Amino acid sequence: MESRDADRKAWMGLLAKAPPGRAAGLLDAAMARPDFAWLRAPETGSVMVRGRAGATGAPFNLGEMTVTRCSLRLGCGTVGHAYLQGRSKPDAEAAALIDALMQTDRAGALQAAVLGPLAAERAEARRARASKAAATKVDFFTMVRGED
Amino acid sequence: MYVAVKGGERAIANAHAWLEEERRGDPAVAELSVAQIREQLALSVNRVMAEGALYDPDLAALAIKQARGDLVEAVFLIRAYRTTLPRFGASLPVDTGAMDCDRRISATFKDLPGGQVLGPTFDYTHRLLEFRLAAEGGEAAAAAERRAEPAPVPHVAEFLGRDGLIEPAGDGGETPPDLTRAPLELPAERALRLQALARADEGFLLSLAYSTQRGYARNHAFVGELRIGRVAVEMEIPELGFAVEIGELALSESETVNQFKGSRTEPPQFTRGYGLVFGQTERKAIAMALVDRALRWQELGEAFTGAPAQDAEFVLSHADNVQATGFLEHIKLPHYVDFQSELELVRKLRAEARTEDGR
Repeated sequence: MESRDADRKAWMGLLAKAPPGRAAGLLDAAMARPDFAWLRAPETGSVMVRGRAGATGAPFNLGEMTVTRCSLRLGCGTVGHAYLQGRSKPDAEAAALIDALMQTDRAGALQAAVLGPLAAERAEARRARASKAAATKVDFFTMVRGED
Repeated sequence: MYVAVKGGERAIANAHAWLEEERRGDPAVAELSVAQIREQLALSVNRVMAEGALYDPDLAALAIKQARGDLVEAVFLIRAYRTTLPRFGASLPVDTGAMDCDRRISATFKDLPGGQVLGPTFDYTHRLLEFRLAAEGGEAAAAAERRAEPAPVPHVAEFLGRDGLIEPAGDGGETPPDLTRAPLELPAERALRLQALARADEGFLLSLAYSTQRGYARNHAFVGELRIGRVAVEMEIPELGFAVEIGELALSESETVNQFKGSRTEPPQFTRGYGLVFGQTERKAIAMALVDRALRWQELGEAFTGAPAQDAEFVLSHADNVQATGFLEHIKLPHYVDFQSELELVRKLRAEARTEDGR
């Protein structure tokens, strides 16, 4: 995968996992939204989630999840896509706008004002949860059994 | 003869209006919000997502509210909603090895890489009612934290597998069969069985799994590993030509390690049963692994002992609570004509019996 694709994969993943409304809020605080045209208006559907037998074996269908997707084009012709868990059309719109803008000269500003904070908040949420889990980790000690 | 009967429209409308009122309960008591159900009845929400086979906590919470807490009815609502959604595609298989674990325990190894992490569990509680919660003292103290050392948490089967002590997980890269697209056909391959078990009724799976422990298709299961946490879901996006993460799910995964004496073709080694379920649903994940293992008797060359948990047709045909409740509950709906014919038949037989007796 080219590094441009890898970067895009990273920000799209971050947007998909952001709490509801958060990416839209950060975007609006950072800049006025540009005009755009829908290539595909937001629609909600499902994605079949797969697992693997024994975690690493043959794939099987575990069940579906709700997903909302959309595609849009900025005035300059840049296309943005979004695929997000859940049913929020405003969140999908904000994510597709950010995806498009990240391919323009606004990328630096968005990285600083939207993706940076999203990544930091996610890291902190993961750290807090991991720390609670770590506090429940068992420290075994061996009882003395009597004989020498 | 089939006689169409009309009527009851007003009665039905009034029954539904009364149902609404009863659902709300005493208006002097504050109404539950969907968010409250999602946050505070999370394990009910998880069960509805798992058996509804649709991961969406807000929808599951709404279904529970609408169903007055009847979880099978809530599952039914979720299944009905699901059929209205266009299918965008399928995810790549989730990588549970990369799970952010809230809980990870092994009953087979005390000291294992990643350690024994209890997580938010009911285990070791005294099962005494907390009257503090009834007295509106439900505020919880903050959970303790300890610095987490980021380290891989390998699956237990992985290190048993290094020495060949456990069967490989098997492979198969093809597209798995999908119960929601084609009706269940028997014999069902393991991928299809796992899909059916993942959405099966928890009570049914629990009882079947328990029956294997009590000796019906005994297979000596150890919980090699149970892990609960969040995994990212990745999907190939056709517009992009590469896969991106589209969200994150909480999952419960259980893998059992089972005795196996070996067969003509296989040396003695441990075998595996597998459970994977949406949400924090560990009872079901463990039960699923036990039933999965019992259903594998044929491929492992074991004897069929006639135990219900070994019988794929029995298990898979009766595991779905929406199917079961649909058929069960339909018998309460009007059967006036069917019954009229039965009544006539019984009267006729009685009349004939009387004539033969010469009475």
